[in-house]
Amino acid sequence: MNSPETQDEPAVVVTGLKNSFGSHVVHENLDLTVRRGEILGVVGGSGTGKSVLLRSIIGLQPPTEGHIEVLGAQVSEERDPDEIDVRSRWGVLFQGGALFSTLTVAENIEVPLKEFHPEIGDELRREIALYKIKLAGLPEDAADKFPSELSGGMRKRAGLARALALDPELLFLDEPTAGLDPIGAASFDELTRELQETLGHTVFLITHDLDTLYEICDRVAVLADKRVIAVGTIPELLALDHPWIQEYFNGPRGRAAQSAQRRAKAKAMDKIRKAGA
Amino acid sequence: MREWADFIAETGADGAIRVALSGPLCVSSVGRMDARLRALEGQVEAVDLTQVTGFDTVGAWIVVRLAEERGAKITGGSDEAMRLIAAVRGDHIDEELVDKTLTAAASEDEDEAALPEQAAQKVGGFVTAYLEGMVKLIGFLGALIIAAGSLITHPKRFRIVALVRQLELSGVGALPIVGLMSFLIGIVIAQQGAVQLRQFGAEIYTVNLTGRLSMRELGILMTAIMFAGRSGSSFAAQIGTMKLTEEIDAMRTIGVSPMEALVVPRIVAALLIMPLLGFYAAVLAIIGGAFISMFALDIPFFTFLVRIREVVPLHDIWVGLIKAPLFGLIIALAGCYQGMQVQGNSEEVGLRTTVAVVQGIFAVIVLDAFFAVFFTEVGWG
Repeated sequence: MNSPETQDEPAVVVTGLKNSFGSHVVHENLDLTVRRGEILGVVGGSGTGKSVLLRSIIGLQPPTEGHIEVLGAQVSEERDPDEIDVRSRWGVLFQGGALFSTLTVAENIEVPLKEFHPEIGDELRREIALYKIKLAGLPEDAADKFPSELSGGMRKRAGLARALALDPELLFLDEPTAGLDPIGAASFDELTRELQETLGHTVFLITHDLDTLYEICDRVAVLADKRVIAVGTIPELLALDHPWIQEYFNGPRGRAAQSAQRRAKAKAMDKIRKAGA
Repeated sequence: MREWADFIAETGADGAIRVALSGPLCVSSVGRMDARLRALEGQVEAVDLTQVTGFDTVGAWIVVRLAEERGAKITGGSDEAMRLIAAVRGDHIDEELVDKTLTAAASEDEDEAALPEQAAQKVGGFVTAYLEGMVKLIGFLGALIIAAGSLITHPKRFRIVALVRQLELSGVGALPIVGLMSFLIGIVIAQQGAVQLRQFGAEIYTVNLTGRLSMRELGILMTAIMFAGRSGSSFAAQIGTMKLTEEIDAMRTIGVSPMEALVVPRIVAALLIMPLLGFYAAVLAIIGGAFISMFALDIPFFTFLVRIREVVPLHDIWVGLIKAPLFGLIIALAGCYQGMQVQGNSEEVGLRTTVAVVQGIFAVIVLDAFFAVFFTEVGWG
């Protein structure tokens, strides 16, 4: 899928981004680079513009200033002939799933396939849709259900299946585990990681969930003061002396997530040891 | 009966006041007492809580206020009461803040007092909002024309399934109600017309009145109003809800243009369906007129219909059929445009839906008045 020369090129490059609504400035001088093949988590307090950043990158929110390049193509310029092409190379999971409510789950997944590859026949298209449903961990009978008949967690999985419809190189997830119970959230995290390992795509993920950050993110970008103040692995971030970062990761919830991850690792090591003995 | 909190204030020989509170000191029972308590003047030496039967943070707040402002000592409170008092004391509220928030609300009222200035402000606000709306509407029309243009050059992208669905919803689905409404309106025109025309001995002109009015004006106009209520509102609400649930954003990221997928099929459906519905409504109004004329005028049903052919000129039908698609276009545009403007919350969906219907009907009636004069002037009177 990826030719070798594009492999080193970053998936997303944001430079000097400025977003403002009237006199309210959300972002100023924001720079961010997402590397190929990584899972990047974006965190930040409420109102720091995480969703606005996502919307800017996927071209829903034309930036006031700045330059955004996704998979080597520019999105900030309107009506670029390449634009359609970029859109077929990414998948987006919105917070509520944003499934088309008048279509069944399978039909939802077929929408991007129909849009970009009308040459695919009905039968193959339905096969692809059913496979993606399985891939997203949904039961087969979900295919003919309407979004309103699904639970919140299943709706997110269906949204993920639609985002994966075109085997994207880049996957955007907006708070994938928000509103899920802990078991559902954990299995969604696991799914995200597994899919990334199998399919090799890049993941850009907005989250509030500390468990998600510890479990699956390769790097974390912290949004504060209208820009990305730091990007790095969690230990790297903890080494920084920023009060918000310290409070975020070293607060009671942060510590709980940290120790949960340690326990999980120890368990895994135990298993390996036992298997060895 | 509700039990109210109360107090007894005793003034000692030295002029200091001792307050003995009684009853439940809770949010539900302190309201009547508070004003009297505030009206007490001078230092309060002590507050006695032995008679108090219930206590919550509001009661505690009142006691703390007495203690802090008037220097009262608190006596006789239960453990629970003292715990609440201690908690409330920690969250001290600045008395200035209370005044400030109260006066802020009051000063807003004062603004309202300056009526001429306020009127000017309101008018200015309306004008700028109107102009902004116009700019947005022109932008929407531009986007629509671009979408229509690209669909003409790539006709394969036209969503025929969506169009058929809309034709079914706004066209076939409207047949019963539009038919019934028109039939009844035909009855009303013919019956009322007959009563008035009889005074001149000209009952026979009831046929002209019913036929020409239905074909030229009422058939189309009433259908347009019904169409605005049924379909214009549903366009606005549907598209608005899709905006809220991010479905429209999802479409854009998949590369589907919402203009092509949602707006164009609805507008094309309106253009196609309105002439058909309008003609159907006019015919049913005439049938209604013929029906009532059997009884009111003793004109046989089929004689009425044959007379219609003689008295309604062909250009009356053209007048109706020329107006119909325009009315449909205006209503569908208003619905889709308002739907696309929805932002933020579900209240907005309701608001925008109302605006879509009101704007649609209003524009249709204005245009109809213009057409009435225009067609008469060009000789289609």
